[in-house]
This record gives sequence, structure tokens and C-alpha cells, in this order.
Amino acid sequence: MELLLSNAALCLVAVATIATAAVALSLRGIVHATLLLVPAWFGVAAFYLWADAQFIAFAQVLVYVGAISMVALFAVLLTRAGGGAPEPVRAQLSVPGAVVAAAVAVTLVAAVLNTPFDAVAPAGVAAGDAAKVWNPSQPPPPVVPERAVAAIGRSLVEKYIPELLAAGVLLTVALLGAVLLAASPKTDTATGNAA
Amino acid sequence: MNSLHLCLLFSSLLFCVGLGAAFSRNGAIFVLLGVELMLNAANINFIAFWRHLPATATATTGGAAAGAETVTAAGAGVIFALFSIAVAAAEAAVGLALIIAVYRHRRGTDLAESTELRG
Repeated sequence: MELLLSNAALCLVAVATIATAAVALSLRGIVHATLLLVPAWFGVAAFYLWADAQFIAFAQVLVYVGAISMVALFAVLLTRAGGGAPEPVRAQLSVPGAVVAAAVAVTLVAAVLNTPFDAVAPAGVAAGDAAKVWNPSQPPPPVVPERAVAAIGRSLVEKYIPELLAAGVLLTVALLGAVLLAASPKTDTATGNAA
Repeated sequence: MNSLHLCLLFSSLLFCVGLGAAFSRNGAIFVLLGVELMLNAANINFIAFWRHLPATATATTGGAAAGAETVTAAGAGVIFALFSIAVAAAEAAVGLALIIAVYRHRRGTDLAESTELRG
């Protein structure tokens, strides 16, 4: 019963997220598409909450809803063509693209459905003991949120400190590069014209 | 069919929505949003396997150390997803800056018309 309710909640979140994303990406106006993707990001965050990954859920909301949607809206406003006419969907491009996406979807769904994840046993555990380690017909044991967040924070600054520093350097370099790319190159064109 | 199957179906379909958008849309920002959606589907897979599969690292160590090892190994999927989100943020920033640069150069973000490498 508990598993049924949990799976029903997952299906609800999944259908809402996929439907929102599909409608958003098939809209003609890009401002509406960007805004309609916000519920899709929230849907993915809801999935993370469902999976007891609260830390990732809040990171998802901060990064995608807070940052990426806003940056995308800025890009939309900065690259608005004069008339502001909605960009048309290319007919000759959209049919093969949809066919390829549907083929990939069929392949992935068939692969997932044909994989018996019950048979997956950790290395070193006999196949008969796998049921003791993980029983797929039962929901996985819940994770205590405070302890999980504390453990993630501690492992970030203890075990994964080189990776954390590398991510910080990557973000700094990427943002500096983004500023350099997007900055108005007035001096460059002036010298280029002079030369 | 168990909840891991449902998670994987969810991420597969979300991936294909993003793939369809990246293939069939013509605006550069739409393509970038489709790529972001595909990255999200990959993150969903990290979290789904972290949640549903037992940590394999624990079984090999065994004994009394297994309990302590479970904590760190159980966090690996979450840490991976966290760094993946950080890289996705960097990618979005650079991608949108590139779109702005292309727009300034060509006065448009139509990908079918942006055929020159010369800049």
C-alpha cells in the first residue's frame, strides 16, 4: 500500500513534469517557453524530494529556477529581434527531429522495461542473499533528512574538497569567459577597423 | 515493474523531450533549454540509482567497516548530481553568452542561418 502510494506520487510528478516540459518546448514564443519551464524544474525538484535527496532538490530550485531561468530570460530580452515576432518552427527540421526523439524514446523505454533490476546484486553478495540486501517490492528505507544533509556537507569539505575546489575554479573561469564573450567588443572592433 | 523502473522511464522520457527540442527547434535558446532538460534527466538517473540500488562498495569491504562505509558510499550519487548541477550552471552561462555573441554578430539567433565560423 505504501509502495503503491509512493509510486502513484512518482507517476503524478513524472507526468506533470514531462507534459509541462513538452508543452513549453513546443511553444512558439520563447518568453512563454522559458516561464513554462519553471514548473518543469520544480517538478524535477519534487522528484528529488520524493527520492529523499533534499539537498539536491534545493540546489535544483536555486540553480534552475533561480539562476538559469533568469539568465535565459535575460538572453531572450537581449537577443530580441526588432519586431519581436515569434520564431517559427521549421517544418523541414521538426519532423526528422521528432522522429529521432521518438525512436530514442522507444529504445530507452524498451531497454528499461527489459532490464530486471531485481536481479542486480552487489558485488560479493550471492544471488540468493540479494533479496536480503535489497527487496524491490518494498520501498527503500527512508533517509533521515538532517543527517543526510549534514553528511553531504561534511563529505563535501572533507572527502571531496579537491572536487569542490575544481568546481569553484570551473565556475569562475566559465563566468569570466561568459562575461568576455558577451561583453561589447567596442575597443576590439575599433582597433580592427583601424588596422 | 518497480519504482526504479518508473524513475528510469521518467528520466528517459524527459531526456527525449529535450532531445526533440534540441533537434527540431531553430532558436538557439530553445536548443540550449533542451540540452538543460537532457542534463536534468541524467541527474534524475544519478538520484534514482543512489536511492534504489544498494551501494556496491559496502559489500566488498564487509565486516564492521561496512556501516561506516555505507554513509560515504551512499552519498556518492548525491555528490555526483551536485557537481553535475554545478557544471550545468557553468554550461548555461557560457551557452547564453555565446548566443548573445552570435546575436551581436548576425542580428539573429536562428541556427539554420548561422553557418559561418568566420567571426
